[in-house]
Amino acid sequence: MSARDEILARIRTATAGVSAPNSAIPAGSSPEDVVGLFAERVADYRATVVRCTPRTLRARLTAALPEGRVVVPDGLSVRLPDAVVDDGLSPAELDACAAVVTDATVGIAETGTIVLDHGPGQGRRAITLVPDVHVCIVRADQVVADVPDAMPRLDPAKPLTWISGPSATSDIELDRVEGVHGPRTLIVLLVG
Amino acid sequence: MRVALMVTCINDALFPDVGKAVVTLLRRLGVEVDFPEAQTCCGQPMVNTGYLDEAVPPLRSFVKAFDGYDAIVTPSGSCAGSARHQHGIVARRSGDPELVAAVERTGPRTYELSEFLVDVLHVTDVGAYFPHRVTYHPTCHSLRMLGVGDKPTQLLDAVRGLELVDLPRAEECCGFGGTFAVKNADTSVAMVSDKARHVRETGAEVLVAGDNSCLMNIGGALTRQRAGVRVMHLAEVLASTEES
Amino acid sequence: MTGTFVGMPKFPVAAREALADTQLRRNLAHATATIRDKRARVVAEVENWEELRLAGAAIKDAALASLDEHLVRLEERLTAAGATVRWARDAEEACAIVAEVAQAHGIDEVVKVKSMVTQEIGLNEALEAQGIAAWETDLAELIVQLGDDLPSHILVPAIHRNRAEIREIFRRRMDGAEDLTDEPAVLAGAARAHLRAKFLSARMAVSGANFAVAETGTLVVVESEGNGRMCLTLPEVLVSVVGIEKVVPTWEDLDVFLRLLPRSSTGERMNPYTSTWTGVTPGDGPQEVVVVLLDNGRTRALADQVGRQALRCIRCSACLNSCPVYERVGGHAYGSVYPGPIGAILNPLLKGVGVDEQVDSLPYASSLCGACFEVCPVRIDIPSVLVDLRSQVVDAHRGGIPSRESVAMKGAAATFSSGKRLGLAERAARLGTGVAARFGASAWTGARDLPRAPRESFRAWWRRTDGGRS
Repeated sequence: MSARDEILARIRTATAGVSAPNSAIPAGSSPEDVVGLFAERVADYRATVVRCTPRTLRARLTAALPEGRVVVPDGLSVRLPDAVVDDGLSPAELDACAAVVTDATVGIAETGTIVLDHGPGQGRRAITLVPDVHVCIVRADQVVADVPDAMPRLDPAKPLTWISGPSATSDIELDRVEGVHGPRTLIVLLVG
Repeated sequence: MRVALMVTCINDALFPDVGKAVVTLLRRLGVEVDFPEAQTCCGQPMVNTGYLDEAVPPLRSFVKAFDGYDAIVTPSGSCAGSARHQHGIVARRSGDPELVAAVERTGPRTYELSEFLVDVLHVTDVGAYFPHRVTYHPTCHSLRMLGVGDKPTQLLDAVRGLELVDLPRAEECCGFGGTFAVKNADTSVAMVSDKARHVRETGAEVLVAGDNSCLMNIGGALTRQRAGVRVMHLAEVLASTEES
Repeated sequence: MTGTFVGMPKFPVAAREALADTQLRRNLAHATATIRDKRARVVAEVENWEELRLAGAAIKDAALASLDEHLVRLEERLTAAGATVRWARDAEEACAIVAEVAQAHGIDEVVKVKSMVTQEIGLNEALEAQGIAAWETDLAELIVQLGDDLPSHILVPAIHRNRAEIREIFRRRMDGAEDLTDEPAVLAGAARAHLRAKFLSARMAVSGANFAVAETGTLVVVESEGNGRMCLTLPEVLVSVVGIEKVVPTWEDLDVFLRLLPRSSTGERMNPYTSTWTGVTPGDGPQEVVVVLLDNGRTRALADQVGRQALRCIRCSACLNSCPVYERVGGHAYGSVYPGPIGAILNPLLKGVGVDEQVDSLPYASSLCGACFEVCPVRIDIPSVLVDLRSQVVDAHRGGIPSRESVAMKGAAATFSSGKRLGLAERAARLGTGVAARFGASAWTGARDLPRAPRESFRAWWRRTDGGRS
């Protein structure tokens, strides 16, 4: 018998007569000021949150960027003429970039989370991982209250990255410190 | 209402004054209790050590003693927990449908003392007087198996003269755990030493709890450390009056 | 990892050694208190936390009840999305599959995402035997690996080490680490520098998965540092070893666990990074994706009526952090990669009882205080499973040479069979001493006094005074 068939047979024997309980998904939270809470909760992770309008976005973005090479994905909602558009840069080339600028798919207020689905404007996963600064543009209408509101807006067929603050660890005495392997600086430009 | 006292094997043999305190207290509140002499032990020491077959004889004597009463009151959160949550397991294992049916009657009618006072008699001021500085240890099975919540401290708060002080890390286990104290003696001692230290930190004269097994453990460590803190069962504090 | 749990002594023996290590006791007390407080704060923020726990338990129970159907669907979806699905009955088969994938690509070095299951199967040692080096990339795993140590916690395998000890390990084993201070940020920076080149050049990664969504074929890894993202994104080949109990039926179900896990685990509203992926994405990430579905005792646990609830576990470690026994003895005493209350049930359930006395000692490594059940995000009633496993241990030894304990229990059962017998025994034993003997007086009196025996039992008093009326 193959491993597959043997495991499935063992499962069937073990679960014979076991019935599945029903379950409903509990509601999420419903804060009054969803966008305000999002800004507050993102900042709680020691990320930088910059609120701006569509008109001031470009100026705030330029001011937020560090010195050095900036990489952007194809289809970014803001034009950055000096930036390098990713066309399959190698990990080493990405490592030489100081920052990356992307759009986002969803923002979750309750948890201070940004989700990327790596579509146009967000790029493949590596570009938001290797550069040390990630500047992420989130529009107010992309922000939802809680995790259950985010799920239907996300397509599981695409790779998703949920980001809640800069890279961090609690592995030394359970003390949270920011800055391990992912971007050590996360700047969120919250538009609207 | 027919009320029976389940005194528990530990109180019967080692702490008879606690059984007497329950009788005095309930009598003062107008409740006359029976002591069915067929009772022995709830069987928890066997069940918690893995000896289910050996728990059947004490369970039979439990049912013989208590089946038919409207309420079975016990000064032990742990033994009440055993009656409510473990007797079904032992009875089913015995394969005796009559025993299963009997424990389905006795289990829900078994009350830990503070539950009986607050939930059944609807009283929190039992007319007690105890002019001492007291700290309270909520025993694990009262707290987490029965969910007695703040009933014991409601009762203590209403005792005249009593000053109740918070116990640091009150909800942490004292390390008794029945045969755990023997099988894992070193770990148990480490736990009870910390519990005794927290008790000393409160500056209380008396440590109160609703289970004498836990009090025997913590009290044993306190006297060994010559801490000068007495341990008393909740029933004894609630039974105290100006006259006593 | 050079350490191994094979041949560990029984829990009480291992615990005694651990208790004597005062540095360890201090490290554990500090770390567990920190994480308990954090968890309590963020859990209190969620109004319907109890409802979420019930939902988490129900979803996992539903997944387990039809596990065969969900696994077949998962396999179907993964295959359709370009992944290869392999099945492994045990550790040996799983390790062989991983080694075979590496060898097929001529790879002799892999980077690893922190994963309990690859520790469970001893993957690093198995790969090493095939000439393949496995690099742990999670900070705590790195500390354990560089220190030739053993993991002692599910979430923070190096919880038993403090910052000064970690600095010493790094100084000894990392290039250019002579001037490190013991600031956690500096130590984390050293780990970043140490692993950077490995990540950028790695050709193959090995991961586990926190969840596998059957209806979509999606795998999920929940992490903090970004080492997971590095491993899941940069290499050409990705092998994920997934215990068959990791399945959740639908994408919506995942929502509940993303709300339960971070708050229970690191005490955060959300962990820094969660990655989800479904097979191969052209032009993004590994282009060869292999998923190994592992049994290794899980179907044995599934067949246990009381114990199967342990398979709901989402490896948050809240039960470890809240356990008074774990806090004092640490993880190594449990002799397994799964320590603490969940380990005390999971190891016997996966391995079976009555064979190895170390495994048989685990269900007794608890005072049954119930703190673990109270914090478990999927409501595993660990105390009830412990008690049930104890009866399985006792039953497995029935019929052999009776132990002192079993003789004592039989004696107690006879004494407790009637009130009259108990009354006689109380008198014969002059009260108290008999009870004390049953509890094992010497183990007791090492650190505690015994209560003085009263003049008469309650039973005798009641009879003599007619319940105090005469």
